[in-house]
Amino acid sequence: MKAIKNIGLVIFLIGLAIFTALPLLGTFNLNEADFNNIVKEQNIKSEVFINDIKTNVVGQDFKGMQTLSPIISKALDNANEAHTKNKEWDKKIYTKSSDMAAMIGKKSANGFIANNKGLMWLLTFGLGIIGALMFILPNVILLGKKGIKNDGIYHDSATNRGWIGWMVFIFLVSFYLVLYFASEYATNWTLLVDPISEALSGNPAGHWFVYGFMYCTVMTVMAVRMYIKYRHNIYQVFRTTSVLFFQIVFAFIIPEIMVRLQMPYYDFKNAFPLDYDFFFQWNLNSLIETGGIGIFILVWGIVLTLIIVPIMVYFFGKRWYCSWVCGCGGLAETLGDPYRQHSDKSLFAWKVERYLIHTVLLFVLVMTAMTLYSFFSDTGTVLGIKTSTVQSIYSLVIGSIFAGVIGTGFYPIFGNRVWCRFGCPLAAYLGFVQRFKSRFRITTNGGQCISCGNCSTYCEQGIDVRAYAQKGENIVRSSCVGCGVCSAVCPRGVLKLENGPEDGRINPTEILLGNDVDLMDFVNQK
Amino acid sequence: MVKVLTKPSTELKYQTKFMEHIVIIGNGISGVTLARHIRKLSDKKITIISAETDYFFSRTALMYVYMGHMKFEHTQPYENWFWKKNRIELLKAFVKNIDTDQKVLEFADGGNLNYDKLVIATGSKPNKFGWPGQDLDGALGMYHKQDLDNLEAYAPNNKVCNRAVIVGGGLIGIELAEMLNSRKIPVTFLVRESSFWNGVLPEGESQMINNHIKNHHIDLRLSTNLKEIKSDENGRVKSVIIEETGEEIACNVVGLTAGVTPNIDFVKSSKIELGRGVKVNRYLETNIPDVYAIGDCAEQHEAIGNRRPIEAVWYTGRMMGETLAQTICGNRLAYKPGHWFNSAKFLDIEYQTYGWVFAQPREHEAHFHWKHHKEDICITVAFNKDTKEFIGINTFGIRMRHEIFDKWLTEKRDMEYVMSYLKDANFDPEFYKVYEDEILKQYNDTFNTNLTSHKKSWKRIFSKA
Repeated sequence: MKAIKNIGLVIFLIGLAIFTALPLLGTFNLNEADFNNIVKEQNIKSEVFINDIKTNVVGQDFKGMQTLSPIISKALDNANEAHTKNKEWDKKIYTKSSDMAAMIGKKSANGFIANNKGLMWLLTFGLGIIGALMFILPNVILLGKKGIKNDGIYHDSATNRGWIGWMVFIFLVSFYLVLYFASEYATNWTLLVDPISEALSGNPAGHWFVYGFMYCTVMTVMAVRMYIKYRHNIYQVFRTTSVLFFQIVFAFIIPEIMVRLQMPYYDFKNAFPLDYDFFFQWNLNSLIETGGIGIFILVWGIVLTLIIVPIMVYFFGKRWYCSWVCGCGGLAETLGDPYRQHSDKSLFAWKVERYLIHTVLLFVLVMTAMTLYSFFSDTGTVLGIKTSTVQSIYSLVIGSIFAGVIGTGFYPIFGNRVWCRFGCPLAAYLGFVQRFKSRFRITTNGGQCISCGNCSTYCEQGIDVRAYAQKGENIVRSSCVGCGVCSAVCPRGVLKLENGPEDGRINPTEILLGNDVDLMDFVNQK
Repeated sequence: MVKVLTKPSTELKYQTKFMEHIVIIGNGISGVTLARHIRKLSDKKITIISAETDYFFSRTALMYVYMGHMKFEHTQPYENWFWKKNRIELLKAFVKNIDTDQKVLEFADGGNLNYDKLVIATGSKPNKFGWPGQDLDGALGMYHKQDLDNLEAYAPNNKVCNRAVIVGGGLIGIELAEMLNSRKIPVTFLVRESSFWNGVLPEGESQMINNHIKNHHIDLRLSTNLKEIKSDENGRVKSVIIEETGEEIACNVVGLTAGVTPNIDFVKSSKIELGRGVKVNRYLETNIPDVYAIGDCAEQHEAIGNRRPIEAVWYTGRMMGETLAQTICGNRLAYKPGHWFNSAKFLDIEYQTYGWVFAQPREHEAHFHWKHHKEDICITVAFNKDTKEFIGINTFGIRMRHEIFDKWLTEKRDMEYVMSYLKDANFDPEFYKVYEDEILKQYNDTFNTNLTSHKKSWKRIFSKA
């Protein structure tokens, strides 16, 4: 069993190593016809750029994106500089250089990787999946009898912020940086999943398709780990299945198929304000132009946020979204589960959390108000501030850096819910409803708590659960995503997630159940 | 999160100079609960003395540190700033003598401290029954922070510690077995009784736990006593000798977990009356005015109900702290624990109990036992044979709601009621398979009744007794 695990680990690492090396490998050779197509599709009018590329790129072999990308970037800069100088504004190219490089790279990839997509998929994703499963599946036997299996978490370098944890951190952060800011280096990755993308949407894969496919793959493999680790806990099993279903079907497959059917790309479960660009002009325009289905999506998106979300939170707490449906939550609960203990439980962290998450909520609301004002009044500015600037700042700082690079990259260091806890504006909104108008609470079981602290340690949202449990007080916190792990790890059966009457949901007590009833009355009803 | 109890003002700081000084020896759950509640009720000066650790930690969680579930800091329920913010002074010192005439504590390092009111809350220490070799290196209890440090030193892994022998089959014993097991250190578990914890658990349950222990590859030896612990040339544990067979078992660590006894040696030189523990009346007062004792080290002159005179239980320590705070702050209250309850975890099996279920039914008592056909899930319900009054329940592998059983005990419900409304009491996580119908069916078959099960009702659950 142990041997299978180790072989699996080696296989996984080989797959990971090939995957990691891919951005710097491969040969690219752009032919003239493909370039002319790009020029036509992108409506490029800059002869400076076109000539530059034709002389320096077309027909030549490039080894690795790192040799091609700088030339394209330089050509773009030179062309734009020249046009700016000559005030030829219509000739300027506004496509980002990394997007241009990605576009050209995709068309010009022609080496081994491009010609052996299936094989390369097997050597990366394939080995990764097989290796990971070989590493995970023996746990059915190795973990022994069912029950909570947290042995050694703080002795293991991977889960105790040791060197493995830091390596994972570096890998994840780099991966997100490539994805958001240097997508041309993802070109070879897109090649691997081209066949899958073509089967779904009919189009070749872009780097976001790679991300989507990888997201689903990682979640599925790590869900297997969840099923094994929590096999005694049916709540965890159901929850994991639900979150996996919504990711694969709603976030991945349906939008791709919609594209194939000439419909807008839309994730029906992604609610505003997490879906922060829902009300952006380009999106509204595209939805309205599509007619029928577009209008339906528009109405659905508004109804989802304003009616469905709060009503569901009233009945079930925000967990129905955050840990049963949401994609971010889905990754956090599968890939992120080994890191849940790293969330900071200090009072200071709680203060930071409240400032930060509510600031983001305010930010997204102000931005959306500006966007809608701009949309309806047909102006680009509100009170002298450019709407598009605000949108770009939000997209960059919150949408990319906070949600992606920090939100997931920092899993091994700050725990798996950094984004959900400190940043997600939807979570902030759901949190208000959960705190002030909901039937959900975590009930504390009378006087049974022994203050051991397992619940607090394993709370991914950094809630000091024990502080409530040891006082016999129910946990009603806006940040609780209802993952149910506090209840699972409790050795004394103290915690239960439940939806009950609002009356008595918040029950501050000074004297716990079990002490003389008179004293309880005396103190608690004072 | 920790709530700040009261905000200090400069005026109050000035006043504390003239405030009554409450000194608490022991920073466990009893002493700390007391201090917190005194602070809620008053501005008295509070000092907590401990020789064990700088800050309060949860003793029950030490096992999880060794097992790697937590770090030691996670066992501390309050952040370090909490004490200063709430003006609870912490003093690391070992009290050598208590002079109750002068109201002075004398410390081992020579210092001393005056008090106005003194509370002894020093908890327990592991029992040692005079076994030869019981003080060798590698022979340890599992109670104090120092025991954890010792275990980490003597049994960091199965290379350094090839085998550990645990002596004494109680709750700490099985926890120590679980700890060592988590590091794959082979364990031999010597239990004096013929079945694990059968002084407390009825036979069916005790048997189930025996099997569960063996299923974890722990070498459980029932009806087995320790004769002596043998030393190697360096004064370290080398092996143990079994009393019954004379068998020698090589080992590197011996866990002495045959119960605990009040940790009160330092009180012996004072005028405070001692039995096995510090003798207290119902108000937790000792024979000396202004001296109190709470928690594991307090011994009631007469036991309360079916409880023992000395209760080494987490929550009773907490309750004594809650109660004594009232007395110290001018509202003299007797310690009156309500209905008995408790919980534990035997490896992977959770156990809860509400009311009294004795290992052997007492006169006029009977047990109703239900066990899952496959899983380690069972309940035992004790009731009065004549009146059918419900007396208590043990549950294994099913969580139950404390509030409900407390209410049913207060209301003196009968078995038919308890069995019919058992769904109200279930506290298992959502979507768990429930067994109330199966339990009721067996009850009906056994007692020839025709009870029907009632659906869970929030209204009943939240109605007060």
